[in-house]
Amino acid sequence: MNLVLESLHRRPRLVAILLAVLLAALPFLMGFGLGNAWLRVLDFVLLYVLLAIGLNIVVGYAGLLDLGYIAFYALGAYLYAWLASPHFGLHLPFWAVLPIGAAFAGLFGVLLGAPTLRLRGDYLAIVTLGFGEIIRIFMNNLNAPFNLTNGPQGMNLIDPVSVAGFSFGRPLHVFGLTLPPTYFHYYLFLAFTLLAIFVAWRLQDSRIGRAWGAIREDEVAAAAMGINTRNLKLLAFAMGATFGGLAGGLFAAFQGFISPESFTLWESILVLCMIVLGGMGNIPGVVLGAVLLTMIPEALRYLGDLQRATLGQVVVDPADLRMLLFGVALVAMMLFRPAGLLPSRQRRREFAAEEGLAEQVQANLYDTRN
Amino acid sequence: MDIFLQQLVNGLVLGSIYALVALGYTMVYGILELINFAHGEVTMIGAMVALTVIGALLGAAPDLPGVLVVLAGILVAIPACMALAFTIEKIAYRPLRKAPRLAPLITAIGVSIILQNLAMLIWGRQYVSFPAILPTRKYEFLGANISLLQIAIVVLALAVMAGLWLLVEKTRLGRAMRATAQSREVAELMGVNVDRVISATFIIGAAIAAIAGVMVSAYYGLAHYYMGFMLGLKAFSAAVLGGIGNIAGAMLGGLLLGVIEALGAGYIGDLTGGFLGSHYQDVFAFFVLIGVLVFRPSGLLGERVATRA
Repeated sequence: MNLVLESLHRRPRLVAILLAVLLAALPFLMGFGLGNAWLRVLDFVLLYVLLAIGLNIVVGYAGLLDLGYIAFYALGAYLYAWLASPHFGLHLPFWAVLPIGAAFAGLFGVLLGAPTLRLRGDYLAIVTLGFGEIIRIFMNNLNAPFNLTNGPQGMNLIDPVSVAGFSFGRPLHVFGLTLPPTYFHYYLFLAFTLLAIFVAWRLQDSRIGRAWGAIREDEVAAAAMGINTRNLKLLAFAMGATFGGLAGGLFAAFQGFISPESFTLWESILVLCMIVLGGMGNIPGVVLGAVLLTMIPEALRYLGDLQRATLGQVVVDPADLRMLLFGVALVAMMLFRPAGLLPSRQRRREFAAEEGLAEQVQANLYDTRN
Repeated sequence: MDIFLQQLVNGLVLGSIYALVALGYTMVYGILELINFAHGEVTMIGAMVALTVIGALLGAAPDLPGVLVVLAGILVAIPACMALAFTIEKIAYRPLRKAPRLAPLITAIGVSIILQNLAMLIWGRQYVSFPAILPTRKYEFLGANISLLQIAIVVLALAVMAGLWLLVEKTRLGRAMRATAQSREVAELMGVNVDRVISATFIIGAAIAAIAGVMVSAYYGLAHYYMGFMLGLKAFSAAVLGGIGNIAGAMLGGLLLGVIEALGAGYIGDLTGGFLGSHYQDVFAFFVLIGVLVFRPSGLLGERVATRA
């Protein structure tokens, strides 16, 4: 096993090709092996990877704890619904709506970021949490006096993505096979996700990425080194929000229906858990976290079958049980791997340094925070 | 004018409940700088346990006076919540005390999810109603209706706050808590058993939360496995409003938030010409929260901590 890994490590191009083939074939493996429901899950995995990559820029790179991230996802989704559904009678094409939605969300990112620049840590977390809740409550209630969001019922009949006259909303019949829309969305989402990963990866060690890292570690020192902390923090907010808005637009087009239900605080927390669990600041870790946390609750749906097989009947409704197990998994993971599953090299070093070193204790003693 | 007074009364009643829950947040934050997300859920468990006891007592002895039954419910809920909080702290927070601050935040969220779903499994998805066993007499005061229950809630809340104040200011444990909040390391050097103080903080907060949980379910006449979430968020907003880490601040913040919410919900329709209605009640807590954090991050009574990391 080790030998295989090592030889693969020396052939990055081979790995890339293998990965590309796997990613291209995955929907067919999933679709024929496990059925269309799992393909749908796969599409959602990609959406959550996109969200997690976006939030990772804000939290993992710049160190700004954002608990209201899903608000940008919501803004992107609602903007898509306004511009491409019968609600206002507008039916703009998706390639026009998606960038507008992403830019709209990015603008809100700056609007939120501007007043919170002075805040740090938990305080920022709470302000962003409040912002997320405000957006959701407004979306829940803005069906009167004029109907902007259709309230708790949500908006439906949102236009599916269509490219060159080919609509993603209908199944395709080729070679005697019927390919449901989940297949096309998979490749669409994959393209956007890979784009996001590429952007995040190139940003990581760029001048901007290193400046974010400096702000994350010590903002005062970063400012003293000549980093424009205000602009860079706003940039982090805007970039994260843009990815969120993009994912929101894709979500609206994929579902064809959106309602405030989809944008609760729990969703924000879920995305945050993905990046913390996977390994903050490290792209492979973030992707792994998003994949795991999207798949695990789905896999736990089979608990009903398991109970029937072992106990002869369904004792506890699996729908009730799976969130419980999700919570247990969250706590257990944090207790056993607080740095995440795949931490970045830097964070691993920080954790190693905290394992009871004398200097660390000494430093804590004079830490003015306490 | 009588609407104003009525909303003021309602706000004060709700606010005193917020204040009680906020105390739990602020005490833990003062010592550990941890947002104990599970605190709202502890409040919910308190309400649920009390309702179970009340139901059982009513089934066994229907002739008992209502006040006594509710009191018995509270007296069972308090130790239940204390044990729960002790366990949560021991399992989910203590091992992570040296980890970066995001880690305990995530476990707090995990614990919150666990408690919510446990409650759903035990008590079901439906609303559990609070039996109508408390006296419902109403008094009129300058045109506002005040029920006996409302008076009882405010009086009991004030008594609990006074008791906590005495505990923190006058006892040995209270002094140890204040010392730990100022500097954990130095307190430890002075011979304070910090672990015990932290446990005690969680336990005291949970006992107060249990009382608040019973109050809120009695006030609204129902309890629900999801009720702890919004209540917790609002109580946390109240704690921030008053200045997080500051016990008097949490009391003031809770009362203020309750009043702001009640008056806001009562008048928002008139103020915006019917554009926004009273269903925006939940928004006020968050606007207050954001406003406070942006303009005065230390809260009303807090010290200057704006640049704390």
